[in-house]
Amino acid sequence: MRVSLFITCFNDTLFPQTGQATVTVLERLGHEVDFRPEQTCCGQMHSNSGYPREALTLVRRFVETYRDAPMIVVPSTSCTSTIRAQYPRLAAGDSALLAELDTIIPRVHEFTEFLTRVLEVEDVGAYYPHRVTYHASCNALRALKLGGAPRALLGAVRGMEFVDLADIEQCCGFGGTFAVKNAEVSTAMLTDKMRAVLATGAEVVTAGDNSCLMHIAGGLSRLQAGVRAMHIAEILACV
Amino acid sequence: MKTFPEIAHTELRDTQLRRNIRKATTTIRARTARVTAELPDWEQLRDAGQAIKQATLRDLDKHLLQLEERVTAAGGSVHWARDAEEAREIIIGITRRHGATRAIKIKSMTTDEIDLNPAMHAAGIEPIETDLADMIVQLMDDTPSHILVPAIHRNRAEIQALFEDKFGQGKLTDKPTDLTAAARLYLREKFLNTPVAISGANVAIAETGSVCVVESEGNGRMCLTLPRVLISLMGIEKVLPRFEDLQVFLQLLPRSSTGERMNPYTSLWSGVREADGPQEFHLVLLDNGRTKIMADEAARETLHCIRCSRCLNVCPVYERTGGHAYDSMYQGPIGAILTPQLRGYEKAGSLPFASTLCGACYEVCPVKINIPRILIHLRAGATDARRAAHAIDPETVAMKAALWMFASQSRLGAAQALGRIAQRAIAHDGLISRLPGPLSGWTDTRDFPALPAQSFRAWWHNRAHPK
Amino acid sequence: MSARDEMIARIRATQTAAPPPAHIPAYRTHMQANRETLVQHFIERLADYHVSVLRARGDGEIGEVASRQLATRNIASLVIPSDMPASWRPTTPAPREDTGLSLQDLDAAAGAMTGCLLAIAETGTIVLDSGPGQGRRALTLLPDYHLCVVRESAIVGIMPEAIAALHPHVLRGAPITFFSGPSATADIELDRVEGVHGPRTLDVLLVA
Ligand code: SF4
Repeated sequence: MRVSLFITCFNDTLFPQTGQATVTVLERLGHEVDFRPEQTCCGQMHSNSGYPREALTLVRRFVETYRDAPMIVVPSTSCTSTIRAQYPRLAAGDSALLAELDTIIPRVHEFTEFLTRVLEVEDVGAYYPHRVTYHASCNALRALKLGGAPRALLGAVRGMEFVDLADIEQCCGFGGTFAVKNAEVSTAMLTDKMRAVLATGAEVVTAGDNSCLMHIAGGLSRLQAGVRAMHIAEILACV
Repeated sequence: MKTFPEIAHTELRDTQLRRNIRKATTTIRARTARVTAELPDWEQLRDAGQAIKQATLRDLDKHLLQLEERVTAAGGSVHWARDAEEAREIIIGITRRHGATRAIKIKSMTTDEIDLNPAMHAAGIEPIETDLADMIVQLMDDTPSHILVPAIHRNRAEIQALFEDKFGQGKLTDKPTDLTAAARLYLREKFLNTPVAISGANVAIAETGSVCVVESEGNGRMCLTLPRVLISLMGIEKVLPRFEDLQVFLQLLPRSSTGERMNPYTSLWSGVREADGPQEFHLVLLDNGRTKIMADEAARETLHCIRCSRCLNVCPVYERTGGHAYDSMYQGPIGAILTPQLRGYEKAGSLPFASTLCGACYEVCPVKINIPRILIHLRAGATDARRAAHAIDPETVAMKAALWMFASQSRLGAAQALGRIAQRAIAHDGLISRLPGPLSGWTDTRDFPALPAQSFRAWWHNRAHPK
Repeated sequence: MSARDEMIARIRATQTAAPPPAHIPAYRTHMQANRETLVQHFIERLADYHVSVLRARGDGEIGEVASRQLATRNIASLVIPSDMPASWRPTTPAPREDTGLSLQDLDAAAGAMTGCLLAIAETGTIVLDSGPGQGRRALTLLPDYHLCVVRESAIVGIMPEAIAALHPHVLRGAPITFFSGPSATADIELDRVEGVHGPRTLDVLLVA
């Protein structure tokens, strides 16, 4: 299958290794990856922060970029849910754009969702001999309703020791601009999340979203806790 | 006017409050989860609740007029109040007409919304809160910190000292049973000897002209039964068309609210009944901004709320800050959407941002109000209001700049390259531990990753075009 | 413009198109259970509320069972609705009929005994409508003890069955009280205290 990668601006700029790992896994499973350089940002930050008109510009850009793409894979739960839940609202009133979204959105899949629900694979042939815990981002859990999909992928990784994270449904406190506008509340939430991560004794905390991971890792690194954060694609890419 | 982060700054330091709120929210969360899971048709009830509310708002005029007609036919009087001031005047006017110097009250957020108590004091009428927690808060001259457990921020020793001081019953112990018994004795005299009671309403039924109050302690029944005159204040969105609709909400509300299968007492009455309960009944219908919310299609489902407080109990932000940070009787996720709509963005513009959009509230709301969606909608309103008020708004400038960058792939690539040069001064070992300006809120407690040597798009380009 | 007219006008201004017909999704309207199961269910719920359940095999036994329970509870003075059937009335203490007693008199009584309109098995709820054998609302509110007679045949399964049965009574203007166990509060440090206002002790007398 020819798969278009929507890397997201965040991963493109800060976490290229996540994109590389996504490419590795998809190619290992025999798919052809296409990267369209016109892509930039899904508009999540603008939309969530009170700038819907600015976000709409990026909705149009996304549509123009992926109009003819048969399948679009996104290694970010929050960007995927922005596209799915917010694009139709941002485009409200523009019936032509809405009609295009109607055809594009069903072709957009979050990375682990694409593996488990579209390709229906759980074992991607990964080997990762470390103690790992998984943070279910709020978007994976509630907006995308990924359920046990990411957990199943990790379960099939050889050599891995998986430890469940307590209070998995709890938000890590990132929330985009919330982490800056309400930095103290955000930190109070993060503190509990870090406590739960440390209690697992894991070497690595993983998730399907680098924004939560950047938040958790940013706090852990300040504590010099010695726990690494890695996007789930990066674990699945290891052999 | 303090903003949410400003008040939260203080509240976060109150460790007793945080412990209490956490205990309360986790206990109630477990209970509600258990009793909602045990009903085989819980999801259908939620859907039905949502559908009934949607349909009711579409024909609200019809239902309110029918309610008025039925209440009047049953011997009650109906009053209409466009705003808080009008509602206060009506309620105080009726109380005055009966020469009352005090009135007993049942917990009601709507009376708090119209600031009734201060106005009654000013009019020489003493409002007596009879819900245990509200009474504690009132006697302490404090404000509620939780819809359901308003005194959750107070411990038993404080309450013991308060009751010993105010009740004239001598020394008390700090056992909750004894303190509750002391309150029973103290309030019994008030219940029996006060001519006027003031209540809110959980539901009113247009078809039968009935008003319904759901409660736990029995102070509601006392107020609804013993005084000669009863005044009930309700927001216009509380009406339901048919008696049958009640069965949905009497299942949704207690299970979502206190986590009980059914709350201890529910009272329902239609007008007045000879020789049984109050002989004069007034129903005050309050707008106070509700019709404005109705006019905003994207936010009108805010009015579906049945004030169960389940969204508060699952909210990670509320769990940390408690209710005071919302500076309103409506707190937590529902407060973050309702208060700015009732009071305006100038007064409550920071509230729509007091959320990570984690969606825990939407997941459990018994009438499925999409709170995160409304928060995002209101953020746009708050941003527009801010932009209109300031010639140069720094955040808008930054957002516009980001958009300019994202509107072109080459500008994004150039910005990534530029960032790598700019960060040389602040990045060490792949980390930035001090960001400038408003972003320093991040690095006060968290490191930020430095830009990597190569962006993904650069890596991809090099891979596709090997040198 | 009057407040009423203005509020109605504001509401009408929000009505753009003709609303689509309301579709209310279906939910359970009754509990699939025989009488025996309903009674069992009801008794279990009452036990959750720490309510004692007494049994009588028929109307003829009610007075006697009540007398015994009132003695156990040390109820020295009892008020009852004036229309309570003779066979229900306990002998000791001699009940006082509520023929317009003052609130102070009701408050001074140690206990009240009444019937009810119906009960709900799923939630252990008893429903009063001030109908026959129940008296007015204050009667079951002021005394600290309530002995409530519930006929097994008056137990329904779930809330929608109760609402359907209540509908005609409400249309006639009857005030309704639902109670599920004794009053309770958790307002002090979330410690649950049973019995705040209203009767702190509730006993249920089930009649076959
Ligand atoms: S918004 Fe929903 S969950 Fe929150 S109080 Fe209202 S009804 Fe309850």
